[in-house]
Amino acid sequence: MQDRLLSIIQGLKADYIEIRLDDSQSSRLVYRGERLEEAGRTASTGGCVRALVKGGWGFSSFNSLDRLAESAAMAVEQATHVGKGHSEFSPAPAVIDKVEAEYKKNPLEVPLSSKKSILDEYNRIMLETPGIQTTSIGYGDVKKKVTFASSDGSYIEQSRIDLNLRLSAIASRNADVQQVGLSIGSKGDFSTAEGLQEKVRGIAQRAVALLSAPEARGGTYTVVLDPVLAGVFVHEAFGHLSEADHIYENPQMRDLMVLGRRFGGQHLNIVDGAAVPGLRGSYRYDDEGTPASKTYLIKEGVLNSRLHSRETAARMGEQPTGNARAINYTYPPIVRMTNTYIEPGSTTFDDMISGIREGVYARDWYGGTTSLEMFTFSAGEAYMIRNGKIAEMIRPVVLSGNVFTTLHNIDAIGNDLDMNQGGGCGKAGQSPLPVSNGSPHIRIQNCLVGGK
Amino acid sequence: MEEILDIASRSAERAEVFRVTSIRTPVHFEANRLKQIQTKESVSVALRLVKNGKMGFAQASGNIPPADLVNMALETSQFGFPADFDFPPLRSFVDVEVFDPQVESIGIDSMISLGQAVIDAVCVNTAGILCEGSISRGTATFEIASTGGGRASCKRTNFSISMDGMLVRDGDILYVGDIRSSCRPIMDASPVAGEIIRQLDLARSNAPLKSGTMPVIFTPFGVAGSLLAPLISAFNGKTVLDGASPIKDKKDMVIFDSKLFLSDDPTIPYQPGSTPFDDEGMPARRNALIDRGKVAQFYYDLHTAALSGSSSTGNGSRSGGMPSPSIHALVIEGGKISQADMVKDMKEGLIIEQMMGAEQGNILNGDFSGNVLLGYKVDNGEIIGRIKNTMVSGNVYQLLKEISAIGSDSRWIAGYVNTPSIYCPAIAVSAK
Repeated sequence: MQDRLLSIIQGLKADYIEIRLDDSQSSRLVYRGERLEEAGRTASTGGCVRALVKGGWGFSSFNSLDRLAESAAMAVEQATHVGKGHSEFSPAPAVIDKVEAEYKKNPLEVPLSSKKSILDEYNRIMLETPGIQTTSIGYGDVKKKVTFASSDGSYIEQSRIDLNLRLSAIASRNADVQQVGLSIGSKGDFSTAEGLQEKVRGIAQRAVALLSAPEARGGTYTVVLDPVLAGVFVHEAFGHLSEADHIYENPQMRDLMVLGRRFGGQHLNIVDGAAVPGLRGSYRYDDEGTPASKTYLIKEGVLNSRLHSRETAARMGEQPTGNARAINYTYPPIVRMTNTYIEPGSTTFDDMISGIREGVYARDWYGGTTSLEMFTFSAGEAYMIRNGKIAEMIRPVVLSGNVFTTLHNIDAIGNDLDMNQGGGCGKAGQSPLPVSNGSPHIRIQNCLVGGK
Repeated sequence: MEEILDIASRSAERAEVFRVTSIRTPVHFEANRLKQIQTKESVSVALRLVKNGKMGFAQASGNIPPADLVNMALETSQFGFPADFDFPPLRSFVDVEVFDPQVESIGIDSMISLGQAVIDAVCVNTAGILCEGSISRGTATFEIASTGGGRASCKRTNFSISMDGMLVRDGDILYVGDIRSSCRPIMDASPVAGEIIRQLDLARSNAPLKSGTMPVIFTPFGVAGSLLAPLISAFNGKTVLDGASPIKDKKDMVIFDSKLFLSDDPTIPYQPGSTPFDDEGMPARRNALIDRGKVAQFYYDLHTAALSGSSSTGNGSRSGGMPSPSIHALVIEGGKISQADMVKDMKEGLIIEQMMGAEQGNILNGDFSGNVLLGYKVDNGEIIGRIKNTMVSGNVYQLLKEISAIGSDSRWIAGYVNTPSIYCPAIAVSAK
């Protein structure tokens, strides 16, 4: 295969060419209430070619390998049609490597019947909880091998196993419907989906409790976020803004995001990196053949670096960071996050809440999104904080802020970093991409909370 | 397809194959310039089969041998649900026009000029704006075949223009945009440019806003982005069956304003959501969901209908797995009041064009809460500027119980929703 791909590339004329081939097998189980609605398997093969000519890009994707040569020629022709200037693309050394899938307990070797009996138990725990109306469970695992060859002379085979489990407990009374979810993800370790009985019982009980919980009054509050939600916050509020493809062609954005700009206090350090091992966003090479790295986006409160593809790095005169990722062969790689987190500080949780007269303690995630400047993220669980103590449970809240002010408003960072592996990231139609994010508990002053 | 059915019928009682073959050519613009041309070819095959009375499922794309696909589906059938419906037999469908050969003959250069025309018009209006978007053409063929003799096929074309503008001024980011799509070529760039320029003109300056409860106008984009997700969930036959829909026991009851009519309509010629049959080979048809404020009907696929003692409404849809109920194209019937007259009627209120995070709340319950990404302040009947750092919260059932007016400005959003502006008397606003 190596010779075939490299010889196709050599036969074409472009400033840069890459070929990616995907081969994946996945299985999934979907429950709605008592019913197992779907037990399904998927197998997929396909590939794509991307070419750069005089600054213009061509991209073609296909399912059948028979189409490879024709597709490669088309990508070059399209790039030639677009290219009117000159190409800027960071050079990379030729890499020949083969990366086998890492796994602890390989989900592909766990029989479907065992997966089903574990999920059956979780489902029973939720459905037997008094007040639970119904449940929803989605389990999926996928083994994927990506073969990459480029005009740098690189040939890389990487395999990975990804697993995702989402459980929701839904409680209902009259026309009121409340839900609480639990998301688990892992890079190749089925045991992360095992032993969740107590957590599952907890979400069912919380869903029922939410029926009697009051809604938050909208307004600005001192907010404390748990590690899971703070991880979603750092991903939405700052991670996306660090993606250089939002910046490199926009002079005003380049001014706003000039390296050295202060974004937060001395205690704030934000990291992204696929080289951080063992997490869902970890890999050895990105989809342009760049080795993974660990990047300090914010160091001691100051903008230190950003996430790059080889094109954005070259255009900004910076180094590629190995963040060019494609969700599958039907898309070209774009700048994406990997494992994003706030480094731990020294404040204990008790110290963090002790001085708050009225505030909100928001835990767990439901979702999040960003417009770069403004972001929103929603908690899966929330409590009022009154006179320094966690008080009554409230309905989950949506929080919103402006990135240029909110990071300054973080005035306490906990000592309890934890990574959330249950999320997926969406950008430009490519969703959900396996990422992880995390943080210790953090406290944000003056945070906008939606509500009545 | 016939080969898969043949192999499957050796081991299974019944089988059905669904195949989608597509080719799509998007032309991408970035930073006001042509950036990339793509061609995406794809073939995917899904197999449902019934073995020992239980449903198995497998899907494949690429070089997967038919026998492997059948074996995968047989393996999963051990865990499948009891097959409680038959695959539809051979029948004829009412013709719905969704194919225009003109789309396939539009040249790349015409698509490039179209995109550039939008960008040029927007840049002339507003210096410093950066546009990103794409012009795309595509053809997809849907085919269904089952062992019971069912056969259906349909070829659909699609042409779309989407363009977003991003304007950074004084540390402030403004987003504007429009998207239009059709089964026929859209060769006039001016409506898209005109819509983007309209948004830019209204958002020239920022206006202050205090927290409180005030009237609100959702523009067509605002309706599509903020209010529909909870309704799509609540009318889904599966949500109703599970008891998770707040309107599960409200059928035939008037719970919305009597001015409200909502239907799912896949029969409108040349709309991207239109089709003669759904992804299970059932005839697609117009279904009224809300009729004069009354909960008229829920929507079903075959399996959910069988479990509910109902019948399929032609809403079986596939998105990477087994079919499940899904809407084709939502239409809210337009009214007689212009948006300008709604604004004139407002003493103090806001207009919501785009919400961010609206769908992250408890959609099941009808709640929405989000940051107003693009919205305007109205004072004494006039739009005075853009609002920022503002969250609105509400519940669609409370909001749509009493509507002040329904607009005469219906339009398609991305080809899947047709809606006018909706003017509501009160919404909770939290401003910073």
